[in-house]
Amino acid sequence: MLAVVIPLALGLMSVALLLNVWRVVRGPDLPDRILALDTLYVNSIALLVLFGVYFDTPIYFEAALLIAMMGFVGTVAIAKYLLRGDIIE
Amino acid sequence: MMLDSLIELLVAFFLLVGSIFAVIGSLGLARLPDFYMRLHAPTKATTLGVGGMIIGSVLYFSTRGDGLSLHELLITLFLFITAPVSAHMLAKAALHQRLSVREKTGGTELLDKRGAKR
Repeated sequence: MLAVVIPLALGLMSVALLLNVWRVVRGPDLPDRILALDTLYVNSIALLVLFGVYFDTPIYFEAALLIAMMGFVGTVAIAKYLLRGDIIE
Repeated sequence: MMLDSLIELLVAFFLLVGSIFAVIGSLGLARLPDFYMRLHAPTKATTLGVGGMIIGSVLYFSTRGDGLSLHELLITLFLFITAPVSAHMLAKAALHQRLSVREKTGGTELLDKRGAKR
């Protein structure tokens, strides 16, 4: 069952990441691109968790946790920059 | 064994549900017409998508024989805390930039007050 479902889920996640990249490239305004990058990191967390199940190793968990924290900091920093023109005032 | 195949079925179900939710969120991000609608799709659906993946992973690693494995739930907890905050910051940035809005987008009182272009 898992041997069928995991490649299928990997394919679906690849489609999701490609749609996000399309929005990053096309996005008419700056907030669209930030939102697309935000979605990109959330989806890559899901992909890493999927890799952890696929290769049967808990190593990918730490990478996923680090990306979760760093991605949030990056999104808030860019949004703050758009709002204020400065990150740390 | 019967129990093993049942667990495998559950793990497969949750992984599939998570990836389908992620695709729906990204499809909304790619296809919806203006920014405030696009903000709606991924911030909900990708959180549910990661949630489904995490539940599948917890079930998978808890039944390997090394005891309960709950530390994956940290990622879900962190995303549940941070996703509304970043969505709020992005909405404020979009209001500040006065992004253009479709006629049909609801709840535009705040936009009009700030002089957004319609």
